Amino acid sequence: MVESPIREPLVTGKKTYAQVSDDVLKPIVSAPSKEWWIAFLISATVMMIGLGCMTYTLFVGIGTWGLNKTVGWAFDITNFVFWVGIGHAGTLISAILLLFRQGWRQSINRAAEAMTIFAVICAAIFPGLHMGRPWLAFWVLPLPNTHGSLWVNFNSPLLWDVFAISTYFSVSLIFWYTGLIPDLGLVRDKVTNPIQKKIYNTLSFGWTGSARAWHRFEITSLVLAGLATPLVLSVHTIVSFDFATSVIPGWHTTIFPPYFVAGAIFSGFGMVLTLMIITREVLNLKDYITDGHMDAMSKIVIATGSMVGLAYTTEFFIAWYSGSIYERFTFINRAMGPYWWAYWAMFTCNVFSPQIMWFKPIRSNMKWVFIISLFVNVGMWFERYVIIVTSLHRDYLPSSWQMYYPTWTEWGIMIGVFGIFFTLFLLFTRLLPVIAIAEVKSIMKVTSDEAKEKALKSSQTAGELNVNVAHSPDNQKF
Amino acid sequence: MNTKEIYGIYDDDLVLLDAVKSIKKKGINIKEAYTPFPVHGLDNALGIKYSRLPYVAFGFGALGTLTAILMQYYMLVIDWPVNIGGKPHFALPSFIPITFELTVLFASFSIVGAFLASNGLYPGKKAKLIDPRQTSDRFVLVIDTPDIQDDIENIKNLLKNTGAIAIKEQETEEVEHA
Repeated sequence: MVESPIREPLVTGKKTYAQVSDDVLKPIVSAPSKEWWIAFLISATVMMIGLGCMTYTLFVGIGTWGLNKTVGWAFDITNFVFWVGIGHAGTLISAILLLFRQGWRQSINRAAEAMTIFAVICAAIFPGLHMGRPWLAFWVLPLPNTHGSLWVNFNSPLLWDVFAISTYFSVSLIFWYTGLIPDLGLVRDKVTNPIQKKIYNTLSFGWTGSARAWHRFEITSLVLAGLATPLVLSVHTIVSFDFATSVIPGWHTTIFPPYFVAGAIFSGFGMVLTLMIITREVLNLKDYITDGHMDAMSKIVIATGSMVGLAYTTEFFIAWYSGSIYERFTFINRAMGPYWWAYWAMFTCNVFSPQIMWFKPIRSNMKWVFIISLFVNVGMWFERYVIIVTSLHRDYLPSSWQMYYPTWTEWGIMIGVFGIFFTLFLLFTRLLPVIAIAEVKSIMKVTSDEAKEKALKSSQTAGELNVNVAHSPDNQKF
Repeated sequence: MNTKEIYGIYDDDLVLLDAVKSIKKKGINIKEAYTPFPVHGLDNALGIKYSRLPYVAFGFGALGTLTAILMQYYMLVIDWPVNIGGKPHFALPSFIPITFELTVLFASFSIVGAFLASNGLYPGKKAKLIDPRQTSDRFVLVIDTPDIQDDIENIKNLLKNTGAIAIKEQETEEVEHA
């Protein structure tokens, strides 16, 4: 299997296999840099603020939040949906792009999948806190109980969510860990510190890399990818059911599942871009996470951003076309009511800002891509805020119309969860290989310039390689 | 048994693949190969049979489907039916999401479990390496030592001719194969 020479190599800098191991493992075997410590301390401090606000909420109760009887759901569910959505890009890269045999996924899938796991952890915090008494969280499970046993309600989308999120988290975790085992074997053989060696020996499960093990490894990865693909689509579909199955104007629409999934992938890629631009810079991995990778991800951002834009406008059209006065009012209220600024922040960040990535110079300038990725993150947060708060704050009964104002506790928890996310991600970059080393090695040769040249020469004589080369290697520099 | 093994150590995946093919052509059995990454086509060249792991996933996935449907049916229809606006107790459409999730959950965990079990991998297992660099950039072929001394020399020469950068011999007891 050799690629066409006009394609750019997936790993640049003419690396040997040993160099790949050394480059990726450098953060693990060397001491953290000053920048890492600064970033870690900031993240950990923010995390502590968040943990403080969570503790305060647990002692005082949900009354410390800005919720009222009209707006009973706000920051907590906004952040929950936001973080679950972030996770989706990781699974898209690790599962869906594996099924599509996209070689470029290999060098970003490990970090993206780690991002998924951390994002789902962050997401789970919010419904947990909103329960008010998280120590009774086990009540959502179908366990025999002292009520005789009165079971959980399997007809409730909120319960579907419990199953969807916990399945998504645990399957993502084992998928990620299975992929990590061979690389942990490499870390075990590379580290010299005896304590580190012992830890990585335990974590690597005694991997030796036999051909049979690799054969089973590849089949397991493929089956897990096949399972994770419908799973990831089901998760945000079920999250959207939380809204779509209730009879609130602006929520009760059939467009929600595809609209939420597209938005989730969009926001997730925004976060992947933000993280990868920093990671490849700080850890010196530009030969592996190349400009080509950034380009491919930017294109996904354009595509999903446009889908989200289409969904916004379709929603608006249908609100008018349906003839339902409540639906129509809700949408006019969204765009022109007291929360107009949130609506237009969402629209500008999500629909307009990614469109400038159609221009190649913007897409290949990392400063622009970074700024747009931040816009996408902000915009997608506002999308959930708009959907949730504007639909609730002016409901069927004008006498109970109210505004929602978040309190400092809610702000603290929201910011603190970003601290948790970045703390976990920073630890990940020091403790585990951020690039799937074995997978990158398996594709770097077939996509390298040398292999293409060699294959071109040998294809006439050997005829064993399945070469699909139409152009001479001189053309590759365009 | 006191059979020994011969190890041919290579430093390139394409050289290894050609070596496997020419050794196989001579009718010599290759017991195992160790590579730092999945070498495309090596499983076919070695004649490894396609793994039955997907059947495990399918079987347990089906079990997950069944478990979910039966659980929901028992709890909401048999054990404690709740009248929700006169709607049917056995509301199959709203049982589907959880049924799907449990199917995926069972299938995923079973295939990972079977993957670890079939390779004999478990936390804390001590890896027995033939070459310290076999997880980074060295490729190892394992061949059983024949009884006749001449054949040993033949195999060694064959390994050398196919591009092995080093050749080792060892007792089987010291190395365990998955």
